[in-house]
Amino acid sequence: MATNEAYTAPEAGGKVKISVDPLTRIEGHLKIEVTVENGKVVDAVSSGTMFRGFEQILIGRDPRDASQITQRICGVCPTAHATASTRALDDAFGVKDKITTNGRLARNLIFGSNYLQSHILHFYHLAALDYVKGPETAFFIPRYAKPDLRLPEDINKVAVDQYVKALTIRAQCHELVCMFGGKMPHVAGIVVGGSTEIPTKEKLALYLAKFKDVEEFITKEYIPTVYLVGTVYKDLFSCGAGWKNCVSYGVFPMDDKNTKFLLKPGAYIDGKDVALDPAEIKEYVKYSWYDPSCSNLHPSKGKTVIDLKKKGAYSFVKAPRYMGKACEGGPLARMWVANPDLSPIGVKELKDKYGIKAKKFRDLGDLAWSIMGRHVARAEETYIVMNAVKEWLKDLKPGKETIVPAPVPASGEGIGMTEAPRGALLHYVNIKDSKIANYQAVPATIWNCSPRDDMDQMGPVEKCLIGVPVPDVKNPVNVGRLVRAFDP
Amino acid sequence: MSLKRRDFVKLCSGTVAGFGISQMFHPGLVKALEAATEPGRPPVVWMQGNGCTGCSVSILNSVNPSIADVVLKVISLECQETLSVAEGSVAVDHMLEVAEKFKGKFYYISEGALPTAENGAFCTIGVDSKGKEYTVLEMAKILGANAAACVAVGACATGGGIPGSKGNVTGCVPLHKYLESQGIKTPVINITGCPPHPDWMIGTLVHVLTKGVPELDAQGRPKMFFGKNIHDNCPYLPYFEKNVRQKTFTEKKTEACRADMGCKGPLTGADCFSRKWNNGTNWCVENAICIGCAEIDWPDAFSPLYSPVV
Repeated sequence: MATNEAYTAPEAGGKVKISVDPLTRIEGHLKIEVTVENGKVVDAVSSGTMFRGFEQILIGRDPRDASQITQRICGVCPTAHATASTRALDDAFGVKDKITTNGRLARNLIFGSNYLQSHILHFYHLAALDYVKGPETAFFIPRYAKPDLRLPEDINKVAVDQYVKALTIRAQCHELVCMFGGKMPHVAGIVVGGSTEIPTKEKLALYLAKFKDVEEFITKEYIPTVYLVGTVYKDLFSCGAGWKNCVSYGVFPMDDKNTKFLLKPGAYIDGKDVALDPAEIKEYVKYSWYDPSCSNLHPSKGKTVIDLKKKGAYSFVKAPRYMGKACEGGPLARMWVANPDLSPIGVKELKDKYGIKAKKFRDLGDLAWSIMGRHVARAEETYIVMNAVKEWLKDLKPGKETIVPAPVPASGEGIGMTEAPRGALLHYVNIKDSKIANYQAVPATIWNCSPRDDMDQMGPVEKCLIGVPVPDVKNPVNVGRLVRAFDP
Repeated sequence: MSLKRRDFVKLCSGTVAGFGISQMFHPGLVKALEAATEPGRPPVVWMQGNGCTGCSVSILNSVNPSIADVVLKVISLECQETLSVAEGSVAVDHMLEVAEKFKGKFYYISEGALPTAENGAFCTIGVDSKGKEYTVLEMAKILGANAAACVAVGACATGGGIPGSKGNVTGCVPLHKYLESQGIKTPVINITGCPPHPDWMIGTLVHVLTKGVPELDAQGRPKMFFGKNIHDNCPYLPYFEKNVRQKTFTEKKTEACRADMGCKGPLTGADCFSRKWNNGTNWCVENAICIGCAEIDWPDAFSPLYSPVV
């Protein structure tokens, strides 16, 4: 019965429709359908196929529950939701400007170590098997009959060994999260008003000791391997550009007034840098299974009313847009907006292996807007966050307070913006009678995997799929490669 | 890649401390281990419904045995959406094929709740090579009816969790309720927790493979992990008895009870107090409070999470 080939259906004019459903090795349930003509994708549809209804479930609850409940939106990046949620609650509770330095740093440390976990998990355990041949046993088989795996045997062997080692390293990153977060997945330690555990000298020393292994793996194995794999799949640096619009809300506050971030906020629209204005964010639902009254709204006015019978709708994902444009989020967006120095590893690898002289991220130019470019962006960002974690560790003061009192207000509203490892994340809370009256979450994958909007513009992943080579419709390997590069 | 008996015992002795290392060397058990691990590894199908993938991520944190050893030497993890190389119809076909080929012999691990409203439309999991699309509900029925035993992991699969809590429109239910409603009598073991500790999942699997279904409590949970009350075994219990209570999360961290902060330890049965989390690094009560996530009626029976119960 099993064919080890993708399900395809012929269409008029010699076109072929391919269904990749489920798109595995992601968080959640995603269906991708593409239409291929003359070996290239000419149409693409991205559908979120699961609805849980967090926004309705939160209504009527104690506002403090939000930072626990919303972490369960994503088991890979609960710390991102904890961060966005507590930033919204800090705002609504009137303590946004009162978070202590130690509280901010402890939150950064919890969130930052999970960034490292998430990026390592993504490259090795979610994405790598599109390029690396695993052992001939479950769950590495079955796979497509012709998987286009090109690594030479010796490099492939190293990659498989790293896959196994990365399992341990990412678990160690979770131990780092747990040190000040209590447990992982789903931390206890990030709450409205700050963080729950005052660091001790002993714990900081232990953190540093555990961190050393992670640092060594990132610098000696993860980053060089990304550049090495890229040399074998050079063609994947030249497909998947998409709209070339991106947005970043900024992440990891570097001062207590929230004016400076490790990776700064901003947007890049139609080839121009623009300052981030949260008022420009709107969600559309023309092609989503929600009532039309939920469309064209800022998240602070957001509504979530299901309509499964809606004609033309094909996704549970809404379509967020910035300045009316479909924007991608994630490492590429953050690195493009912030344009930091490349790591010394990256500079050397680019020079030695690619013959490219690059110092800043944007020196990569169009190479960045590609399947491989997104992996490079993620690896380079890992280097930046890793170094920041080290600095925060030094800045944290043993014994100094990490939390300020934050009683539940009778009413109020708050907005919490941050960057999940996979992209821009916004939470909005409205409190009445000390209970949640409205809650809206606009996670990263809603941006990246959104359907078409009310203006009929494709979502970022849909647009990026256009032009992606699929020479063999029964083995559409580049479709999964493209989508997974976004870490949905 | 089957495992030698001695290695298997060594591999599992850390995790299964719950039922005692000495028992692992009992001659009868050793025989059972051999039967379980040689010649073939037992096939396991893991399917996610309405959840967050947190249980999948949590089991990756297993240390003794390492997750690599578990999936390469102990079980044959045929389907797992977060890890499987297969995608699209290749993945769906394989799931159906395992259910058929290993009928009555494979283990079905269910993560996430099952949305029963609107004929299951709130979660579809893919298409097979004939172009048929499956809801998670349809596939749960196929897997549940054909499996040797089911293991429901996490708050969603055991009690409905957040997707099944107040305010939901999806009709999310836990696996055992759905199978009951379909007249399917395959045994279901519930491993609660949001997410469950990796040891609870792997320890239970090892028990099922070697000694059969472990002794369960009224919620269908293995007593070896969920039998003890957190409050009664809490290192801060002496401070509760002296009425020394925290007024903030950071006050008297090692010398006060967290009751006033909303700790749900008194209502929760799980061995977090001794096992701790993430390789013994920390646990919720040491860091902040217990929110009761290991109980089957979490979150609704425990919300508001930060209001005192004792």
